[in-house]
Amino acid sequence: MEQNIDQIHKAASQELESVKRLKDIQDISVRYLGRKGILTQFLRNISKLPPNQRPLAGKKANQLKKSLENAFKAASEKFETTEQEGDRGIDVSLPGRPTISGSLHPITQVNQEICEIFSKLGFDIAEGPEVELDYYNFEALNFPKDHPARDMQDTFFVSENIVLRTHTSPNQIRTMEKQSPPVRIIVPGKVYRCDSDLTHTPMFHQVEGLLVDENISFGDLKGVLTAFVHQMFDDQTSLRFRPSFFPFTEPSAEVDILCVMCRGKGCRVCSQTGWLEILGSGMVHPALYENVGYDANRFTGFAFGMGVDRVAMLKYGIDDIRKFFENDMRFLEQF
Amino acid sequence: MKVSLSWLKDYVSIDLDPTDLADALTMAGLEVDSVSERYAYLDHVVVGQIEKVRRHPNADKLKICRVNTGDNSLSIVCGAPNVKEGMLAPVAMPGTVFPDGSLLEIGVIRGQTSNGMLCSEAELGLGAEQSGILSLDSSLSIGSRLDSALGLSDTVFEFDLTPNRPDCLSVIGIAREIAAIQNTSLKYPDYTLTDKEPTIGKLTSVRIEAPDHCPRYAARLLENVTVKVSPFWLQDRLLSVGLRPINNIVDITNFVLMETGQPLHAFDFDRLAQNRIVVRTAAKGEKFVTLDQKERILDPEMLMICDGEKAVAIGGVMGGLNSEIEDNTTRVLIESAYFNPVSIRKTSKKLGLSTDASHRFERGVDPEGTIQAVNRAARLMEELGSAALIEGLIDEYPKIQSLNPISLSVNQTKRLLGIELDRDRIKELLKSIEFKVNTTSDDEDAVMVTSPTFRVDISRPEDLMEEVARLSGYNNIPTTFPQMPSEARSPAKKWNLRNRIKQLMTGFGFTEVVTYSFAHQLSVDVLRLKKKDPRRAMIKILNPLTEDQAVMRTSLLPGLLDTVRYNNSQRIKNLKIFEIGNIFINSDPPNLPLEPEILTALWTGTRNAGTWHERRIICDFYDMKGVAEGLFNALKLDKIRFTTMPHDFCCYTRPGYTAQIMAEDSEVGLIGEIHPQVRERYDLAQTVYVLELELDKLALLIPESIYFKPFPKFPAIYRDITVIVNKGIETQQVIDTVAKSHEKLVERLHLFDVYEGDPIPAGKKSISFRITYRSSSKTLEDVDVNDLHKSITDNLLQAFDATLPV
Repeated sequence: MEQNIDQIHKAASQELESVKRLKDIQDISVRYLGRKGILTQFLRNISKLPPNQRPLAGKKANQLKKSLENAFKAASEKFETTEQEGDRGIDVSLPGRPTISGSLHPITQVNQEICEIFSKLGFDIAEGPEVELDYYNFEALNFPKDHPARDMQDTFFVSENIVLRTHTSPNQIRTMEKQSPPVRIIVPGKVYRCDSDLTHTPMFHQVEGLLVDENISFGDLKGVLTAFVHQMFDDQTSLRFRPSFFPFTEPSAEVDILCVMCRGKGCRVCSQTGWLEILGSGMVHPALYENVGYDANRFTGFAFGMGVDRVAMLKYGIDDIRKFFENDMRFLEQF
Repeated sequence: MKVSLSWLKDYVSIDLDPTDLADALTMAGLEVDSVSERYAYLDHVVVGQIEKVRRHPNADKLKICRVNTGDNSLSIVCGAPNVKEGMLAPVAMPGTVFPDGSLLEIGVIRGQTSNGMLCSEAELGLGAEQSGILSLDSSLSIGSRLDSALGLSDTVFEFDLTPNRPDCLSVIGIAREIAAIQNTSLKYPDYTLTDKEPTIGKLTSVRIEAPDHCPRYAARLLENVTVKVSPFWLQDRLLSVGLRPINNIVDITNFVLMETGQPLHAFDFDRLAQNRIVVRTAAKGEKFVTLDQKERILDPEMLMICDGEKAVAIGGVMGGLNSEIEDNTTRVLIESAYFNPVSIRKTSKKLGLSTDASHRFERGVDPEGTIQAVNRAARLMEELGSAALIEGLIDEYPKIQSLNPISLSVNQTKRLLGIELDRDRIKELLKSIEFKVNTTSDDEDAVMVTSPTFRVDISRPEDLMEEVARLSGYNNIPTTFPQMPSEARSPAKKWNLRNRIKQLMTGFGFTEVVTYSFAHQLSVDVLRLKKKDPRRAMIKILNPLTEDQAVMRTSLLPGLLDTVRYNNSQRIKNLKIFEIGNIFINSDPPNLPLEPEILTALWTGTRNAGTWHERRIICDFYDMKGVAEGLFNALKLDKIRFTTMPHDFCCYTRPGYTAQIMAEDSEVGLIGEIHPQVRERYDLAQTVYVLELELDKLALLIPESIYFKPFPKFPAIYRDITVIVNKGIETQQVIDTVAKSHEKLVERLHLFDVYEGDPIPAGKKSISFRITYRSSSKTLEDVDVNDLHKSITDNLLQAFDATLPV
């Protein structure tokens, strides 16, 4: 009896050693373990043995069955992982089936980045109309009618008192009219000026910021804008604040950053000055508080605005602003 | 505005080198646009030696000179009487641009080629001498550049001044700021003029009939004037700031304008009828010819300077041809006035005429500077025009411009700027720019400040705070951070939705474009919009740059179709693009327009990239519909339906190939093939599919919150069904019929095949779908669904006159 089992074991092992193909293993497996296989037959015949031999024979046969199963499996795996019936694998160098994603416009990307930075700094996002009342675009922002300050922004007119907004600043007034301090908003949006050349398009994008609360100082303005510039570019990008003039801020400051191209050495992009003008800013002019009914003695605040297109040009090294609106796929796909 | 370093040095000593000075001025708020070498125009002028002089064969007065310029020997034609062999003289090479603006080229003079030009002092802007060429010192090195050989150097600063600082539109104004920066003193010219026995009143008079427009008018009179060329120093000053010398009288008025910022006007006194001045506003439609020889039509808002009979100048803007200084002028009346800034600005805008004078008047000149300026000019005319001053000054000043002192709080200054400053420091800073400061011992916090009359921009304490900040240096203010609450801010819902959709669209393979918000007025006709379509109500721009940009868009489609056309012309034929932006519906003029936010996407060309896996397939309606469905699915919008757009409603899409996108009963957008007629207008050969969605309407449909649904506990039973229906029946109707049966056990319907053709009879189609049956309370057996499935099938057969496949 035992001898039989051993013989079966030996024969199977020998056969297994001489296999050349996966098919051979399958054949052997059928021969021993198949429904009419040698070992299967043996197991079936155990009941015909004398009762005292049955347990041992059964145990041994079952052990062998397991061991053969394992051996066949191991042998098969060896074949499967190396070679299958002349299968030499696939040409992995062929390109995959394309899953093509589109791209966001570079201005959108920069816009989102700017707004995310200010969101993290605690500013809310506000938006407003692009066709705007003269009141919000100019008058409430302390640009009197017939004042040369209006020349600073070439305006598209719709009627005597409606314009295409020339900046996102009208939302300073719109927000302050609706809400009392503290006000912390960031306003992204399209703006329009009748100007068109290498560096100007009649439509472009701005982000406006406004923070009004008690005890906000010019130093705070410097702090927030420095934090922004360090996030947007890097913390090696130094800033300088220059006195300037905007009717809706007093004091007003133009903010330059160290040229991101030449790091201050002087190059074509910064017109050899080493500095790039990217932001207009200042402390909110008290006339605005009077226009929206805030207590000018109690609240102070600052406002700032920047051209998104210009930041995008610097960030990506684009030299012609018109590229943004030409929408050439060879341009857009690069971002 | 240009200012030269040499001129500035007349009023202030300057220690800084030009670049540092420019930097310091920029940091003080006077932005220097450029710093340039004044004599850069001499870079093509060298020292040459005249080696040989011979007669010009075709002209008596001309000579042909052989000139050694170091590397070369040039043949130059010259008419100067003083040329002689051996002399050194400046040689302008071809390419030289002279101070008068002319460009030197190789020329042929009476048949002889001249390869350059021997120049006089005057021609080079170096002196007044013009009778002959400039004879140079024989020790100069031949061939060297003239500017370096003569040590010529001056720096010209070009300023880009903000409109609040008209006081700096003059050399003295800039010098004043430099003095403050360097903490040195400013040296003013002598403006005094003492009149012993005024007689001017006997000869002329000034009457102001419009005191609101003209608060002050001063005048002086000179006789025995000789109009001639200005002395070189005066020409040199004007040339250094880019002004062209004309004659001594005009040059003096320009000089004083540049020096003090006060515009002056010189009238030929003998051309003034009745020898007097009347200041009045124009009559409606009055015509006047200005110095530039153009006839101007005036209106009653405009201020005119008149004589006893007629207008002689548009006040503060431009003089008239009828009273300008001429070579034979002998008596001159100098006008020095203060005009109302708003009035000048309106006039200048209306006439489209901006001059050095109007630029300054509309920003505001110093009302107290008029007398100094007229005195300065009169003295110069006496000196340079060998003129005699008629003693006496006319000074009509009906509207005295008064200034009230401003009380400045030291503490508020510190609070606003975030800087530590004491009262003495504030006083010191303000005094450095000629502000008068007073303090009293009973209020330690207050400084009473009176600004100088030329600082027309100062009216509030904050204006003074800016001066304090500016003078102490913005960059010396410590950087701090405001106290911010630590509450989390939730970004605007609309902003989030927009960005979400942009992300999804790029995920679907679409590239975002940004087109102008402008459109051509006829774009709505190109889109074949119906007469009553609200998108025909467009916002018109009064001053558009081009016809293509004359109105605000009421659809994103024209911009996107243009983008397709543009890219097609770049041989990019396969495009998936989208834009999200506002359109402008002028629904309720004269109120502001509605600005709904729209998503428009276009797909044209192939569906796939056409790689080795599969051949190129042209995209179709269902590709675009898949995008819409994908978008709604991602946004969890499950109430959206697509219905056939009635053919009559289609305008820019092709009838029969257009679906309305409906949410409940409201239309939120459409999908369709662009109408061939529209496509043709954009020269597009390929079919184009469009998806349009109104974001504001979608925003309302987005579920506020999402709840997790547990997985089903019991297994489902699947049954397939195929029905053959008339081709015209919409598949959705069939599916809806099953869904509307409200059978609890029907969990899901999945359409897996639609087929037309053999063996299905013509005019019919087969629709196959799988129904998932599931119970929430038990495991279904076949018997549980057999009857239900049969009744659903029967119902379909009846409702659609359908048959089952054979």
